[in-house]
Amino acid sequence: MRSLLTGLLEWTDARFPLTKLWNEHLAHYYAPKNFNFWYFFGSLALLVLVLQIVTGIWLAMFYKPDAELAFESVEYIMRDVEWGWLIRYMHSTGASAFFIVVYLHMFRALLYGSYKAPRELLWIFGMLIYLCLMAEAFFGYLLPWGQMSYWGAQVIISLFGALPFGVGEALALWIRGDYVVSDATLSRFYALHVVGIPLVLLGLVAAHVMALHEVGSNNPDGVEIKKNKDANGIPMDGVPFHPYYTVKDLWGAGVFLVLFAIVVFYAPEFGGWFLESANFVPANPLQTPEHILPVWYFTPYYAILRAIPDKLTGVIAMFAATLIFFILPWLDRHPVKSVRYRSKLFALLLILFAVTFIVLGWLGTQPPTPGKSELGLRLGELYFAFFLMLWVYSKERTAGFSYRLFGALVVLLLIFDAIRYDEAKQGLMMLSALLPLGYFVTFLLLPVHTRLNESGVEPERVTS
Amino acid sequence: MKRTVVALLLSAWAAAGWSAGGGLDLLTARTDVEDTASLQRGARIYVNYCLGCHSLSFMRYDRMGRDLGLGDEQVRENLLFAADKVTDPMTIAMRPEAAAKWFGVAPPDLSVTARAHGPDWLYSYLVTFYADPDPSRPFGVNNVVFGDVGMPHVLAPLQGWQEYVPGDVPEGAREVHAVGLAVDGDDVLVRKSATMPDGSHAAVTDRLTVAEPGEMAPGEYRGAMRDLVNFLVYAGEPSRLERQALGFWVVLFLIVLALILRALYKEYWKDVH
Repeated sequence: MRSLLTGLLEWTDARFPLTKLWNEHLAHYYAPKNFNFWYFFGSLALLVLVLQIVTGIWLAMFYKPDAELAFESVEYIMRDVEWGWLIRYMHSTGASAFFIVVYLHMFRALLYGSYKAPRELLWIFGMLIYLCLMAEAFFGYLLPWGQMSYWGAQVIISLFGALPFGVGEALALWIRGDYVVSDATLSRFYALHVVGIPLVLLGLVAAHVMALHEVGSNNPDGVEIKKNKDANGIPMDGVPFHPYYTVKDLWGAGVFLVLFAIVVFYAPEFGGWFLESANFVPANPLQTPEHILPVWYFTPYYAILRAIPDKLTGVIAMFAATLIFFILPWLDRHPVKSVRYRSKLFALLLILFAVTFIVLGWLGTQPPTPGKSELGLRLGELYFAFFLMLWVYSKERTAGFSYRLFGALVVLLLIFDAIRYDEAKQGLMMLSALLPLGYFVTFLLLPVHTRLNESGVEPERVTS
Repeated sequence: MKRTVVALLLSAWAAAGWSAGGGLDLLTARTDVEDTASLQRGARIYVNYCLGCHSLSFMRYDRMGRDLGLGDEQVRENLLFAADKVTDPMTIAMRPEAAAKWFGVAPPDLSVTARAHGPDWLYSYLVTFYADPDPSRPFGVNNVVFGDVGMPHVLAPLQGWQEYVPGDVPEGAREVHAVGLAVDGDDVLVRKSATMPDGSHAAVTDRLTVAEPGEMAPGEYRGAMRDLVNFLVYAGEPSRLERQALGFWVVLFLIVLALILRALYKEYWKDVH
């Protein structure tokens, strides 16, 4: 039996690099031995991708991409298809799980500087995956053809209409294939959701993994393990991905699946965050729902869009907020990668960015009030200020530079507030201005007067 | 029990989600889809009072019977009036165009209404119909939760007619708005808040009280509406019973699997320092 299998392997290897691929990507691929909690999310994203593809294929067998039938066919899946409810809940929960996992995966890159040289392309492939994921989620959300599906798509597509010179309206019309979201829109979104975007996504995931295996994984210490090799050329701080990380990631997958199953079986709507109640009303082009909200994973950007009074500026800011991640490797050029050995102020910067992102996400789900819009605008300012600070912190800055930049930013803030000045909101504007002012004082002036922005020294070898 | 604990923990966690109450503190429906007797009573009310106009077209009679512990024969005798076969969906004979002419809008299908509005809203809606003599009201009836509703009070034979007794609004109040509902003995209270000229708030309580009794006492009627809402919650997601029963075993299995995988991981990593 054994010789038969060995023979088969030899036969295959003579015709296809099976053993070679296995060794290059798993058995002889060395990963740093000090991965922590944050390093589970890459393989988990892959797991969720597989879950989404498999459940998606089965849903596509029963779903009808037709404005007359779509809503009904989803309920048909929920009731009359064997295990249809389970497949559908796995898919809808999987969509949110995908974003949770990917956001944590991206935050890991921020924590340990994983986007820095030589991993810029790895990061860019990752960002393209993120964009594809957003497109995939957006197209997929129209398919149940409920009120929120319909009006959410209507609002997002109409954003393109804000582009000037008649380009916007033409573009929106081209995307919808009609003057309003209609059957034509549903059919093309279905095609893109089940074929178009997944194909691109799979290609990008392959490129992401290939780029990773070319440069090797970063780690919580930011140490390049390839710099310390033993006599056999094996990294001393590395362990073969298989079996070490396959078994470790399996344990991570186990924990993930427990949490995933709890949501699927006991809270598939997740209190309205994963499946919104308004989406249980069939799409009605003649009746606008009270609140139109995107799903939670888009709300940070939606909050930025809404907070800016001018629609075109808002749309530009929203897209800029997403796309700015692409240039992260060239903004943050500090030689120390990991937050462990960077300054206390840098750590604070990261924590505040995470808080800003989460609070913006919450604001995006709330009906707008003057206070909330104002807070959204200020947090939007802090969102972009984070990226500026990454650039500022890339090297030692002189006191003169810091003060000049501080002055310039305050002037910029004043000009922007003068443009949007509204007498009714005067008090609110002055109070909320303390947010960006405090932020700039902390991150630009404290480094001049304290030692809080002094970096540590990266170790030669990984520490744990 | 374990299921309840898990569900409770999760609902507490997810409580930050939004509710569909439109800012009004609703009555609590306290539904329980595992209470089969309540579901059976709810189904009977639905078939007798609602199914004339509101289809439940995603629901099949035989599926309902199975989930509610009724045989096909029992379904045929007690519930099957609007269709021929137990395998039929619960549709209605009224054409939508005709219905729209009679009621202004065609009565919607209620298959997933409990998921769209939530049980508390449905329950509050069903107990707050009151007689409204305003000649502009086509059926002489209005509703606290759904103002100027187009539906006649078809449950009046059971509930009787409630009268709307406004509370005393303090002199000079600038604005009065409803904040919540409450049950007080036989009556339903509509709690309102009046904004006074000095900016303070004063409480105003309006009262819905049965002026012309129906077949049921007020408490009995509220119990019946709880059954009806419970049935609609079930009909909104029939797989719910199956999902909650199965979930326990799936989660248990996955926990055991995760622990085995953890042991495997620890074993492999023993020699890594």
